[in-house]
Amino acid sequence: MRKAVLTGKHFWYGNIAIAEGAIVAGCRFFAGYPITPASEIAEHISRRFPEIGGTFVQFEDELASIAAMLGASWAGAKSMTSTSGPGFSLMQENIGLGVMMEVPIVIVNVQRGAPSTGLPTLTAQGDVMQTKWGSHGSYEIIALSPDSPQEAFNLTIRCFNLAEKYRVPVILLTSETVGHSAGKVVVPPKDKIELVQRKKPKVPPEDYLPYKPDEDLIPPMACAGEGYAFTTTGLTHDEKGYPDTTAEAHEKLVRRLNDKIRRHLKDIVDVEEENMEDADIAVVSYGQVSRPARKAVGMAREDGIKAGSIKLITIWPFAEHVIHRWAKQVEYFVVPELNYGQIYLEVKREAAGEAKSLLIPRMGGKLITPTEIYREIKKVSEK
Amino acid sequence: MNEQTIAEDKLELHPIDKWLRSERMPHIWCPGCGIGPTLYAWIRALDRVGIPKEKVVYVSGIGCCGRGSGYLDVDGFHTTHGRAIPFAIGLKLVKPELCVNVISGDGDLFSIGGNHFIHACRRNVDLLVICTNNFIYGMTGGQLAPTTPLGDRSTTSPYGNIEPSFNTPHLADASGAVYVARWTSIHVRRLEKSIAEAMEMKGFRYIEVLSPCPVSYGRRNKLPEPDDIAEWFRQSSIIRNGANTSEVQIEKEKPLILGNFVKRVGKPTFYELMKKLEEKVRGR
Ligand SMILES: Cc1ncc(C[n+]2csc(CCOP(=O)(O)OP(=O)(O)O)c2C)c(N)n1
Ligand code: SF4
Ligand SMILES: [Mg+2]
Repeated sequence: MRKAVLTGKHFWYGNIAIAEGAIVAGCRFFAGYPITPASEIAEHISRRFPEIGGTFVQFEDELASIAAMLGASWAGAKSMTSTSGPGFSLMQENIGLGVMMEVPIVIVNVQRGAPSTGLPTLTAQGDVMQTKWGSHGSYEIIALSPDSPQEAFNLTIRCFNLAEKYRVPVILLTSETVGHSAGKVVVPPKDKIELVQRKKPKVPPEDYLPYKPDEDLIPPMACAGEGYAFTTTGLTHDEKGYPDTTAEAHEKLVRRLNDKIRRHLKDIVDVEEENMEDADIAVVSYGQVSRPARKAVGMAREDGIKAGSIKLITIWPFAEHVIHRWAKQVEYFVVPELNYGQIYLEVKREAAGEAKSLLIPRMGGKLITPTEIYREIKKVSEK
Repeated sequence: MNEQTIAEDKLELHPIDKWLRSERMPHIWCPGCGIGPTLYAWIRALDRVGIPKEKVVYVSGIGCCGRGSGYLDVDGFHTTHGRAIPFAIGLKLVKPELCVNVISGDGDLFSIGGNHFIHACRRNVDLLVICTNNFIYGMTGGQLAPTTPLGDRSTTSPYGNIEPSFNTPHLADASGAVYVARWTSIHVRRLEKSIAEAMEMKGFRYIEVLSPCPVSYGRRNKLPEPDDIAEWFRQSSIIRNGANTSEVQIEKEKPLILGNFVKRVGKPTFYELMKKLEEKVRGR
């Protein structure tokens, strides 16, 4: 195991697939703190990085880990950490710094039962809203959710590409079950994998304004030691990066930080639709629940019920245009998730007035079976 | 020559001007504050050692002192409260050729960031950390810090502080720092020399700079005039290079012991050990 890209077929746990996906994406800085059910990612990276020349540090806590990733990214390295609920909570303040300073980093949250220490070894999807709103202030962030080891591998690479492109922290929102189930993972040849690198300044240092955006609202990024002598801060700042704590400067900055994501919804948002053409009932799911959800849709179809599946690959920004469009056709959105109603709230909001929404909540680490979802589909079809 | 040209000529004559973002002056610091002289000593040390501007990185946390990174014409990072050290570690490990400095406040480095400080010492990461210790939370209006001397008043210890304070050089020494010194912001020359000496070493180097804060600290502790704290430093300081750091605790009625206390040579840095490990693994 010496090469960075292990082209070929493998049988990997989801967590290992994430570690290998990061390596393929060019991640060469990892900072983290052990936590169940995410530790295998750090453990695997700690073996692999010395082979390929990356920096792995197990820090004293998650506060340090995320701060170090921001510093490493400013030095030009693609950086990642992996954690679960308690650690993700500790990282929130510096996720905000990453948003404000516009730093590409990737955070893997392998979700477990919560609140608090909750169920360390059991699966959940309870951190969906925290991922969007966990740090203080109005901001947009990107989060993707995989349903299998292969998808975990693919989406890890996409997380890095999106972080680099939009200069924003990107979260891979996975779960214990995906992390700890093994499956086939195909790693393509190196030259078949598309990688994105952050935009660099095209002007000489004396003309460089670190927070002057291009047309796409994203400013090119100089890194430490490249001779640009830039300054950056978590305070509200102007295009020079200088603190400017006026109302005008703040409004302008916060709008741009949000709009650089909102304006590119079509590029960022990925969904997979199945059997939707004539559907009256749409099952909206994400992550591990997508698998029983798709099965349940198949069962309903066999029964002659016009059900379809919308699988959200991008969790944030929310696929509002997608739900909005289907709300005109379907009568019901059925939303199974491993929490007490989170994405359901988004679906309901977008469907408002056009279609009804039903939540299938599940907590406690038990899975939702295809049959359970199928039963709910059947019930609403009879209404 | 018109008046403006003369003025500009004069400005350019100032020896540290090339290091500053002059367009950002005036700075936010109060008259009598020790942060300015500390930065002056640091800049002079950079010149003395001859480190080129593009190699210098300045990382700070939050507080009055934390604002410094925005005034220097180098790559500057004003991070979050307490997290300057781990931020700097990430940066330095990726670009080991850079001269990475953390300059921050006592609350930032020893209260909210205290855990990172001791672990960075233990790992011997290659950083120069300078603490402007003004015995108080300056920026937020003078609350109790882990460095406030016993008995002193702050806005959150209005009857006098009942908590023992940290002896930060001893903490650094015991945690494994390779260079430990303490000066005050009125000992600008000695401070400059000490910083320069530290800059020429590798590993975790720590310098505490006792720093007047007349506004948030002095006012409540019978030292209200801009020069009162400086006068206290002048009268109470004893220089004792090589002093045992366990004996340099700051106590109000006792002498302030200053000096270059610790210099450990040959201790490998985290980066060096990481590279060695890499060689070993690759050679397998
Ligand atoms: C997480 C967090 N908690 C609290 C604060 C508020 N705060 C800002 S500066 C500061 C104390 C600064 O004291 P010190 O580090 O000694 O710096 P000084 O202002 O004295 O230079 C505090 C508590 C903050 N910015 N962030
Ligand atoms: S409040 Fe104190 S530390 Fe802050 S600038 Fe004023 S004198 Fe300096
Ligand atoms: Mg202070």
